[in-house]
Amino acid sequence: MHIKSMAECMANGETPEVLFWVGCAGSFDQRAQKITKAFAQILTKVGVQFAILGKEEMCTGDPARRAGNEFLFQMMAYNNIQTLNNYGVKKIVTTCPHCFNILKNEYPVLGGEYEVIHHTTFLQQLINDGRVRLKEGGEFKGRKITYHDSCYLGRGNNIYEAPREVLQALDVELVEMKRCRTNGLCCGAGGAQMFKEEEPGTTRVNFERSAEAIDTGATVIAANCPFCTTMLTDGVKNKEKEDSVVVMDVAEMVARSLAD
Amino acid sequence: MQVIQQIFFIICAGLAVYFFGKKVAEIRRNIKLGRDEDLTDNPGERWKNMTLLALGQKKMFKKPLPAILHLFVYAGFIIINLEILEIFLDGILGHHRLFAPFLGGFYSFLIGFFEILAAAVLISCVIFLVRRNIIKVKRLNQHELDGWPRNDANLILMTEVVLMSLFLTMNTADLVLQSRGTEHYTLTAPFWITSNFTGIFQNLSTGSLIAIERTGWWLHIIGVLLFLNYLPYSKHLHIVLAFPNSYYMRLKPKGEMKNMKEIQNEVLYMMQPELAPPAAEAPQQQRFGAKDATDLSWKNILDAYSCTECGRCTASCPANITGKKLSPRKIMMDTRDRIEEIGKKINANGSFQEDGKSLVHDYITVEELRACTSCQACVEACPVTIDPLNIILQLRRYLVMEESNSPQEWNLMFGNIENNMAPWKFSPDERDKWAEELAAQS
Repeated sequence: MHIKSMAECMANGETPEVLFWVGCAGSFDQRAQKITKAFAQILTKVGVQFAILGKEEMCTGDPARRAGNEFLFQMMAYNNIQTLNNYGVKKIVTTCPHCFNILKNEYPVLGGEYEVIHHTTFLQQLINDGRVRLKEGGEFKGRKITYHDSCYLGRGNNIYEAPREVLQALDVELVEMKRCRTNGLCCGAGGAQMFKEEEPGTTRVNFERSAEAIDTGATVIAANCPFCTTMLTDGVKNKEKEDSVVVMDVAEMVARSLAD
Repeated sequence: MQVIQQIFFIICAGLAVYFFGKKVAEIRRNIKLGRDEDLTDNPGERWKNMTLLALGQKKMFKKPLPAILHLFVYAGFIIINLEILEIFLDGILGHHRLFAPFLGGFYSFLIGFFEILAAAVLISCVIFLVRRNIIKVKRLNQHELDGWPRNDANLILMTEVVLMSLFLTMNTADLVLQSRGTEHYTLTAPFWITSNFTGIFQNLSTGSLIAIERTGWWLHIIGVLLFLNYLPYSKHLHIVLAFPNSYYMRLKPKGEMKNMKEIQNEVLYMMQPELAPPAAEAPQQQRFGAKDATDLSWKNILDAYSCTECGRCTASCPANITGKKLSPRKIMMDTRDRIEEIGKKINANGSFQEDGKSLVHDYITVEELRACTSCQACVEACPVTIDPLNIILQLRRYLVMEESNSPQEWNLMFGNIENNMAPWKFSPDERDKWAEELAAQS
């Protein structure tokens, strides 16, 4: 499977339907790479013409901005917007809600105006349009699954239903945690927490959230964010439940359920 | 005798209104100490938000029981204040139940309705006192409420209990006096609640009853006037400020952080020097981020004055839930305390001189700020649309950009982003390695 870069498309005079913004976690983190690959496989399989920036993609500046380093954020945004505008990008899909939020809400005022879609919304649209066809009785059918709302998709951008609709399309038995949707509890990674040790406390945020997810009796915790996936996986391990409970991105679940 | 009462009433009411107005002007001035922020777009949506959130208390109903009790107290407070209008006019004109002859049967209906509200307020406030002091609901008993804030809350609830009891006692005595045909006591139909309790006063002499009725009337109205003046010093100010605060809420998605135009331009001029204005025209440099309360926007300060310390933000904060020091409620309380302190210094000296203190460090510690995951749960939780996260992020900007105060791990992260275009130390050349791996697979 060959993933095209924007540079390649430009050289061939092609205009892809959508740019896949991979993000740093999706590019470098071993766990998140699997989500990236799963999503790229879905897009390829159903014939969505897409491209990546490849080596030209840079951090959006989200962790720098949330930590307080506005200079560094502005530098990254300037460079990314230059790249995106040079390629005339119109539509972006991304597997990371942090990238999604910043590209959608914070780049326009800096001159970067694109239609930005989170991959769970994109998958929902592909399913609704009949482009993604799912197996009858796939491996998640009837399984108890809980869904973790990421802060930047949920509260940050009011997207609660699209990922749930994708899960419904997989025929899962969706069990909600007590703190869900607008009341969803953070995984503990946002606001640049991913990149430092937590402050002293009685427990870790990801332990608290994972325990809540495990208590639903679900065998899969569905997530929509590479950082949540990592945090919740660590939390499940902490509870020594890694044999019975897995944390998966919605895209990974769809990739495993594609009809032949 | 009547004239003395009238004059005394006018003096009391005049003083109360004067001092209240003075404090309100002071708070308005303090709010305006904040930086400018334009929040006047979309008036239609703003009116809608104010109607739903402040008047309709929409977000309160996430917790139905407190919401219903709160609605009683709120409705009672607002609607019974219509009765205050009559009490006021009675006080000034030396009348008694001025409106009764005009409204006839409807008057008794109104007072009966007020009595039901008064009873609902009384019962609700007692339940609230029990929740705070006996059941000890967690969010109402956290550390940051120690001392004055807890007393403030109890004082407000007890004042309401007392005021409502006085109102009901006054009406009961009034009914007995009416039934005896006492001069001055206008005959009305029996009031719905107090008419059931007239038996308590039947054996008292008319003189004692007049004394009870008058005392109830005076204590009630003086209580109301005192409470009016207590309001701007207390968390109870939310009853007023919930309205402007929800009108001026930020309408952007909660995930969006405010842009810093000055830094955007600085980066732009660095990359494209030809765009830079001549040095003389360069705008005056403000402090980056917020160090003190006056570096915040006026909306942040309005937020702080609107906070009634209910703690829904703190109860939903992942950092606080897991035992970190951060409490969004404390951020709001500290901001208010600091701007009040600055305001007092302006009152004393005419202007604010550096006092060696600041909101960061002296009120809010770095440890609290660091614990925030920017998850927006506090913003979502607030029934009156206060945004503690906005303050936290501005204080963080100050720490990093003005004090270079960030944990070593964040410095490494910054370095990696700057040098490797990713927060981790990977080579930018490996960014699309996953794609090569996919290509190799099939």
